[in-house]
Amino acid sequence: MLISFRKVTFSYQPLNKRVLHNLSFGIDQGSVTAILGPNGVGKTTLLYITLGWLKPQEGEIFLDNRPLHNYSQRERGRWMSLVPQKEHIPFEYSLTEYVMLGRAPYLKPLEMPGKEDYRIAVDSLEAVGLKKIRDKSITALSGGERQLLLMARALAQQPQILLLDEPTSHLDLKNKKRIISILKDQVLRGVTVLLTTHEPEVASSLADKLVLMREGQVLTEGPADEVFTGDLLSETYGLKVRIVEIEGKRVALWI
Amino acid sequence: MHTSRFSSDNYLIRVMSYVALIFLTITSLSLFLGRYPHTGFISPFVLSEDELAKNLVLNLRLPRLLTAVLLGMSLGASGMVFQMIFANPLVEPGFLGVSQGAAFGASLSIIFLGNNAWLVQGFAALFAFLGLAFSYLLAHKIRFGGWILRLILAGISVSALFAAGIGILKYIADPLNQLPEITFWLLGGLWGVTWSRLFTILPIVLAGLVIISLSRWRLNLLALSDETAFSLGAAPAQERALLLASAVASTAAVISVCGVVSWIGLIVPHLARRSFGVNTRFSLPGAMLIGAIFTVLCDDCARTLLAAEVPLGILTSLIGATFFLILMISKSRRIQE
Repeated sequence: MLISFRKVTFSYQPLNKRVLHNLSFGIDQGSVTAILGPNGVGKTTLLYITLGWLKPQEGEIFLDNRPLHNYSQRERGRWMSLVPQKEHIPFEYSLTEYVMLGRAPYLKPLEMPGKEDYRIAVDSLEAVGLKKIRDKSITALSGGERQLLLMARALAQQPQILLLDEPTSHLDLKNKKRIISILKDQVLRGVTVLLTTHEPEVASSLADKLVLMREGQVLTEGPADEVFTGDLLSETYGLKVRIVEIEGKRVALWI
Repeated sequence: MHTSRFSSDNYLIRVMSYVALIFLTITSLSLFLGRYPHTGFISPFVLSEDELAKNLVLNLRLPRLLTAVLLGMSLGASGMVFQMIFANPLVEPGFLGVSQGAAFGASLSIIFLGNNAWLVQGFAALFAFLGLAFSYLLAHKIRFGGWILRLILAGISVSALFAAGIGILKYIADPLNQLPEITFWLLGGLWGVTWSRLFTILPIVLAGLVIISLSRWRLNLLALSDETAFSLGAAPAQERALLLASAVASTAAVISVCGVVSWIGLIVPHLARRSFGVNTRFSLPGAMLIGAIFTVLCDDCARTLLAAEVPLGILTSLIGATFFLILMISKSRRIQE
């Protein structure tokens, strides 16, 4: 077990609004885990807790059998990278300059990125298909391209664990497929993936394991083909969902 | 789509060396520019013969010139640090209560503790930090507008409070010796600079500038949201506090000698980003050089334009504000909200 959540309870202060309640589950190394659930159920919160940015009031998270809070900031930056849903970028960086920021956890304090970091940044841009426009300003990017850019920065971080918050939400079909194949490629290299999504198809075509969340708790978790059923999805989202199989792919339809 | 010209580090290093060359040329020429024996340049050869001229250049102009360089570098660098850390291209130390706070602290010390250089500097720094802290906390409490707007509104209010405080201090000040000193702070200028004044601020200003320069690449990271900076392995709160403290300390130190010199901190980072791109690895040293050039040129004008000296703060505001307006209405400038 690479990451394990043990009875994690989290509320946003000072509202004391409880988001996660007594949540426990584990993630194996090299696996893809997708978290599904209605809006506001705490999926994004769970990602930020895994990252160490939010600290649970109760319970604990273990990374590689060590409590997460024992890791230094830079160590964590080398272990995990985050692809947020979107990000406010206040200044007009070039794509390369921006992706290069992903190299920060590998630099000593006061060290500047060098040639090797530049090469890794350009490779990451190539992986997401933005290499051609790498010297353009990021203001020239569309919403979908920005999401690809965030992906590229996360890859430049060369993490062992990729955390992704709805990585395909702004993407057209082609780029959706691109992200899925990038993630599959990362898994082949031994990277562990934890993602949230509202698209059951993305989850089922990618994930080994699905976690269905409802009201801050794990409703059910397990191998994708066991959890990806009409009944369980109906219960998660509170509306009738049916699974249809088209050319060997299972698709969720709501009725 | 527009191409960034800033892809090549070598290109930027070349531009940087040109700007450094301009800086050295202007600084060396400024040393020989003045009103003695008549307005214009003094020949370096005169110095060996004319004892008065030698004294003038070495003991009045040189410390003044070096202070102008430090002032420009500090304000340029602090402006850049502020704009990056607050992710807001419209802030500068003068907008966030730092300059007015420093002026208030300096005035307070002049009236109640006497005009001791170290005390004035200490009080200027103390109230500069207070000004920034108040502005920042107030911006969190304002229930109106986005972050950029709230921070500016808070800064304006805090600056106005300090300005009112300065008004009270001016009212109770001794009109013969304290009031002129205080008025000097509010206009800003370099006429009182001596070697010993320069040496009192030198350690703090240099320490601040060195810390900021060494962290220049990391400053990029701190412009991002807290979560993102954290996910990239940074400790955003601590690192921002260190850089802000360096910026405020060096700004307060130069203000304690030069008075309130505004607009440099706002306009110079914009010019630097125009010339060197957004990446602070290059735009930060760029801002320091451009700030020094701008300040030295303004001080040259202040010394030579009229028969009497024009206060530097008036010139920097006049030129800085005009420049800023032109930048803001020119087409290629975009500020992302």
